[in-house]
Amino acid sequence: MNDTKTANSKDKIIRVDYLARVEGEGSLYVKVKGGKVKDVEFKIFEPPRFFEAFLRGRLYKEAPDITARICGICPIAYQMSSSQAMENALGVKVSPGIRNLRRLIYCGEWIESHVLHVYMLHAPDFLGYESAIHMAKDHGELVQKALRMKKLGNEIMEVVGGRAVHPINVGVGGFYRAPSKKELQALVDELKWCREAAMDTVRLVAGFNFPEFDMDYEYVALSHPSEYAITEGRLISNRGLNIDVSEYEQCFEESHEIHSHALHSAIKGRGAYFVGPLARFNLNFDQLHDEEKKLAEEVTCTPPVNNPFKGIIIRSLETLYAVNESLRLIESYEPPEPSMMAITPKASRGCGCTEAPRGICWHRYTLDDKGIIQDAKIVPPTSQNQKQIEKDLYAYVSQYMHLPKDQLTWQCEQAVRNYDPCISCATHFLKLEIDRED
Amino acid sequence: MKTDDKIPILLIGIGNEFRKDDGVGLVVARKIAAKNIRKVAVMEYSGEGTSLMEAWRHAQTVILVDAIASGGQAGTIHHFEAHRENIPANFFNYSTHAFSVAEAVELSRALGKLPEIVHVYGIEGEDFAAGAGLSVSVENKIEKLTEQIMQEITILLIRNHLIKLSPV
Repeated sequence: MNDTKTANSKDKIIRVDYLARVEGEGSLYVKVKGGKVKDVEFKIFEPPRFFEAFLRGRLYKEAPDITARICGICPIAYQMSSSQAMENALGVKVSPGIRNLRRLIYCGEWIESHVLHVYMLHAPDFLGYESAIHMAKDHGELVQKALRMKKLGNEIMEVVGGRAVHPINVGVGGFYRAPSKKELQALVDELKWCREAAMDTVRLVAGFNFPEFDMDYEYVALSHPSEYAITEGRLISNRGLNIDVSEYEQCFEESHEIHSHALHSAIKGRGAYFVGPLARFNLNFDQLHDEEKKLAEEVTCTPPVNNPFKGIIIRSLETLYAVNESLRLIESYEPPEPSMMAITPKASRGCGCTEAPRGICWHRYTLDDKGIIQDAKIVPPTSQNQKQIEKDLYAYVSQYMHLPKDQLTWQCEQAVRNYDPCISCATHFLKLEIDRED
Repeated sequence: MKTDDKIPILLIGIGNEFRKDDGVGLVVARKIAAKNIRKVAVMEYSGEGTSLMEAWRHAQTVILVDAIASGGQAGTIHHFEAHRENIPANFFNYSTHAFSVAEAVELSRALGKLPEIVHVYGIEGEDFAAGAGLSVSVENKIEKLTEQIMQEITILLIRNHLIKLSPV
């Protein structure tokens, strides 16, 4: 139920009980009194999932398969971050061939996740449709094109990972089986088609109308010296953060807010920050291929981009990047031999961090001498963006309080969807406090 | 693809076996797969809508089996002929996917891509918490639902001349 009440022109309550077109179950509550925003709550109420507790007592090599179950849309992010954390703990360095294959499967996930969000979840907002189903009645060809693009992302995940949802071929140290050159070559024609489709997408979405809304964000993303960071790098920000992923907990903290099942992340001493496509684009723009950079200039969308509604353009540019990167990786592909590095368990602790479609996904594990997980911590991107989402809503409602109530409610929902929040991912942990009177 | 090349009957069990009653569609699909019925292909899916649409693109007839969370009594069996009627909005939306089973059916319909015949079977669940295993109310109805779907499959096979009846 959506409800926007106006007691007088200066008092409003915007309530969206079930947010549509987001992954998972969440709601939105904004209270305005006397012409000022008094309260904003982006509530996540999907049942907590306790994955960190499930992992205790399991063998290190089970982590990629267990954590993949956190999300059906971005399982690779969990598999890659957990694998990297285990490899860092156990002192394993994967070969360049394995590294490239990981980058390729991650590109598949970026394509399928970004296309799903751009066309099925976010575009209806800009084109004035309630859903992709309503949009399909007028724009059938567009929706069919999106489905074909998304399918290609899934196919990359299937060929490299064994299946598209919760792939089974990814392990700590590499892949159980490396695909043949022929299997990857079979994707090239469709990737070439998708390259054109991705360019069309960028031009299409850049033509949408965007509300005037610029924020002063602290962007956080991975950074790598020689590539647009996806599978590894240092954590950097536009306000001077530059740390190894193992130093994450020294600079970031999580807190439990009473209205949400997911923990809220903050930079110690500074507060909210922004992860995801907009952060990557603003921090690592120079490392995109020339084609994406030229197209960004053509559609006048170059850094700094501080309007979160324009995230749809950045997701489309990153889709093009992932397609071009897949073509490059397939062209130079030689099956890695061995496809998986040898590993000897030992008592250790390691961290991993990769760029999920929605932003950095950070993991930390402690192992005993047999490789049994003693402790796990997972920080998904949506937890990290929660605080910033609420700040955006606060600023947006303050700026656009004069809008008709239906329009304002819709745009508040849209402001949440700017982040492509994956609530299912965010609710794997709940801090419980027992208040007992003896 | 020509009609002759299409999968005659595709049964898709939908769900997540690590979310208790949400796994019922997979349990039923496995029971039917174990019967090895000619002309009937069986698949399992998590319920992500666009992947479902891709799966049934090459099928003439589709049977979907999924858990329902509409607030009804646990174990209640529902049946929709989705090729004739819209799926009620409050059904099959338990999935946390932004684009799930009901959306996939309705989007396929909007695009003119819905298979000729689509049967949707749902069973009302009561416990969707993390973990394996079904609740007793759901478990007790598995045989009945499987039997009901088997009857539908038999009718479809006979109607489409995919099996011949022996003279009595």
